[in-house]
Amino acid sequence: MRPRRAGEPSELDLMAMACLAPSLLYVLVMFVYPFLYGIYLSLRPLKVEGFSLANYFAFFSDEYQYKTVGITFRLAVPNTVVVVACSLFFAYNMRRGIWLERTVTTILVLPISLGVILLSQGILGFYGGKGWFNQMLLGLGLLEESLVLTHNFTGVMLSLFMQQFPFCFLMLLGYISGIDPSIENSARTLGANPWTVFRRVMLPLIAPGLAIAFALVFVMSFATFPSAILLGQPTGATRTIAIAAYAQAFEMYDMPYASAIAVIMGLFQLAGLLVIILLRRRIVMAATMGVGKR
Amino acid sequence: MKETIESLRFRITKRFGTKTVLKDFGLEVRGRQFITFLGPSGCGKSTALNIIAGLIPASDGEIYIDGERIDHLPPEKRGFGMVFQNYALFPHMTAYGNIAFGLQLQRRPAAEIRERVQQMLDLVQLPGFEDRYPGQLSGGQQQRIAIARALVLHPRLLLLDEPLSNLDAKLRIEMRAEIKRIHTNLGLTSIYVTHDQVEALSLSDWVVVMRDGILMQAGTPQEIHDQPVNVFVADFMGFRNFFPVQVAAVGSDGTVEGTGNGMRIHGRTRHALPAGAAAVAAIRPDDVMVGEAASGSNVFRGKADIVEYLGREHEVILTLESGARLWVHTEARLTPGELVPVVFPPEKVIFLPTEGPGGTA
Repeated sequence: MRPRRAGEPSELDLMAMACLAPSLLYVLVMFVYPFLYGIYLSLRPLKVEGFSLANYFAFFSDEYQYKTVGITFRLAVPNTVVVVACSLFFAYNMRRGIWLERTVTTILVLPISLGVILLSQGILGFYGGKGWFNQMLLGLGLLEESLVLTHNFTGVMLSLFMQQFPFCFLMLLGYISGIDPSIENSARTLGANPWTVFRRVMLPLIAPGLAIAFALVFVMSFATFPSAILLGQPTGATRTIAIAAYAQAFEMYDMPYASAIAVIMGLFQLAGLLVIILLRRRIVMAATMGVGKR
Repeated sequence: MKETIESLRFRITKRFGTKTVLKDFGLEVRGRQFITFLGPSGCGKSTALNIIAGLIPASDGEIYIDGERIDHLPPEKRGFGMVFQNYALFPHMTAYGNIAFGLQLQRRPAAEIRERVQQMLDLVQLPGFEDRYPGQLSGGQQQRIAIARALVLHPRLLLLDEPLSNLDAKLRIEMRAEIKRIHTNLGLTSIYVTHDQVEALSLSDWVVVMRDGILMQAGTPQEIHDQPVNVFVADFMGFRNFFPVQVAAVGSDGTVEGTGNGMRIHGRTRHALPAGAAAVAAIRPDDVMVGEAASGSNVFRGKADIVEYLGREHEVILTLESGARLWVHTEARLTPGELVPVVFPPEKVIFLPTEGPGGTA
């Protein structure tokens, strides 16, 4: 290639730009424009002329609205922790393959293919007041009366877990089984017991994958909508922020207020992601420093 | 360096499903030696090393170190050091962190750790590399760090699993000398796994040749090189030319005469080969003499088919009058198609039995 003068674009750059254009256009049209339009809309309340933060003030001054944030966090955070912890446990212990691995994996992954509605229907039937789960426990004499597991907080948690566990498990299994086994073998020969291997060697190596898993599961849980309606109390205990936005948009026909709620939801998700990134750094640092610091 | 072991004795069998990868593989050796497991890929040598390290459970058998049975111990309790083919450094720790890892687990004082890590970096000739991460080191440097990491704990037994096979040819020879130097200076007991007979011969005090999970021959490099016990070991040790023969006569001093395929070959053997038995006569390409005065026994004629220049000499593939192929290394400049006399000096020809698991190449 001939030498390039400063400021002059190279042929390679032009080629790269040309190849990038279609996907850039797609992102602009399908994501950036609607996103910015949503922000714009949220700043144009119906009752006020011109730009105003009135919708945001309205949300945070109305207890019925702002407590949806707390409800959503109380669903999303425990669910994320439980899903990722279970996935990590299973994926870590299955990293070198297990007996009947394919069958086990298929069973674990099946819920993903069913869709939320069918899954919720199944949970209602199985865990409901007259469902098999309660019937079985009553029949065995382990219970005096049926457990209430649906149309409340527990029901939504069950549904979220079943949707997100397979996805999270598969992601972590791929991540963990990709780590060279000789790394943990070498740690063993250097005197580390299995727990130390996990804590000092494997966990820092899994941390990036774990952070991605946390981020994705958290964002999905935070945006939960169908589960909260089908298996929860959409007007009470499980009125999540997504339901609040939906109600403003399609029950009150106040699109600007709904947009404001959606933007608020996005900001909280972003805050969650930031916390996850900071925690990830801590995991890696804690393990690398370890005992006997330099 | 602290204590190394005085003796190692083991006998192990390993089955993966229905496949037996180690069949009653056993050995008894003194400590303070460089021991090599040598064999082609899939012969079970790495599996054997991993079983000794405790990383794979044996299906059956026992391992004794200085008379104490250790096969029930987990790897972290055996006090062995291990060096892996792909280095297996912890990618999230610096060179310092990697070497210090084992000492930190032993909760050694910080000053001692620092001193011992420095000593090791000096030993592997990488002082000043403390803060580099494995990703910032070349393959040879990574392997030096891996060796330092294993040695800093003063292992009573050092296990090396093909540590040089990922390095380029020049570096491999350099590191080979390095490993030998460290082993000798520290008075270690080492077990080294390789498929490279040059590595095995140059490094070892004791070579163990394996095939299909079975011990073929164990001995000093000289014994393995000069007196292979079967066709497989001979082939591995560079005997390229094999002639199936029937033993015609056996002398009391180990000399043998065999006939086959119209050839009458004189040589020697260390096996009890009765007259009439089937055997194989073997000779290295370097030991065949080309174009010598054609008189006496073991003289044949061959036509040069392929001549390849190797630098100091030529490798020539001849077709003998019997139809057999003959590999020869010679300084003589032959032209393809040329008919030349070749001589097998009888003291260089060995006769091997064709029976047993090592009866074929």
